[in-house]
Amino acid sequence: MILVTVGTQLPFDRLIRIVDALAAETDEPFVAQIGDGSYRPAHMEWHRFIEPVRFDRLLTDTRLIISHAGIGTVLNARKTGKPVILFPRRAELGEHRNDHQMATIGSLEGRRGVYVAQDAAEISAYLKQDLARPEGDAVLAAHQDLLDRVAGHIRLLGQRGR
Amino acid sequence: MLLRPALEKFSVTYATSNPQLGERHAIPDVLDLPESNRSRPLRVLRCCFRAWRLVRQVRPDVIVTTGALPGLLVLVCGRMSGARTIWLDSVANSGRLSMSGRCAGLFADRWMTQWEHLSGDAGPEYAGALL
Repeated sequence: MILVTVGTQLPFDRLIRIVDALAAETDEPFVAQIGDGSYRPAHMEWHRFIEPVRFDRLLTDTRLIISHAGIGTVLNARKTGKPVILFPRRAELGEHRNDHQMATIGSLEGRRGVYVAQDAAEISAYLKQDLARPEGDAVLAAHQDLLDRVAGHIRLLGQRGR
Repeated sequence: MLLRPALEKFSVTYATSNPQLGERHAIPDVLDLPESNRSRPLRVLRCCFRAWRLVRQVRPDVIVTTGALPGLLVLVCGRMSGARTIWLDSVANSGRLSMSGRCAGLFADRWMTQWEHLSGDAGPEYAGALL
């Protein structure tokens, strides 16, 4: 099974159209969260919004994730150890308010388990490969560092009182 | 939610514009905020009122937010009623700080980014990263 998501805030018909066409070429089932999109997929199970508990189950079951380049998905992929193909929204096509998803892929491209695609051919090629799963100790260290720092700031600011 | 291990050391109240997050992570008593962004001025106004009520109700010592606009509104309301505030810019903003993030620099006691290249003397502190 392959999970497809465009997040929960904005439509992303360009991605859903591409994936729907790819789903037509294979027997593997796809499940898509399409948000507010106007294109209705014909070759895959689709939902506008998948409630979080069900979404977690799909994350566990999926072989890989195809997604807009949203940080929420990247974190979910890391958490569940699933490879993720990121397809960035582009502001010039009216797909987001700005090009921060292009910046996101620039920052994440090359990390283990994170794959970037910008057209149908690239997604199709990834679907035929054996993709690596995300992991990384350096990442966990930076995460712990952030938690320590935030806790430290809260303690200091809280002590000084009002 | 990834910040929870840091927050749970303290007495903490969560507020979010996505109430299902509370359900997903089994956190009771999550307060909700209306979703808002600057292209919807009326919603922003509604969110302002809600943020103000929320701050008066909870009376926090410290407010931690990763944004976006609803988080900024709570931070500003909190600051006006005497709370100390921490802005941790969302890891989604790797190219530059969001508009809310830049505004937050004017109000927050601690102003942080999760991207080292966005930090600096005139900018936010680098905080490590969730990614």
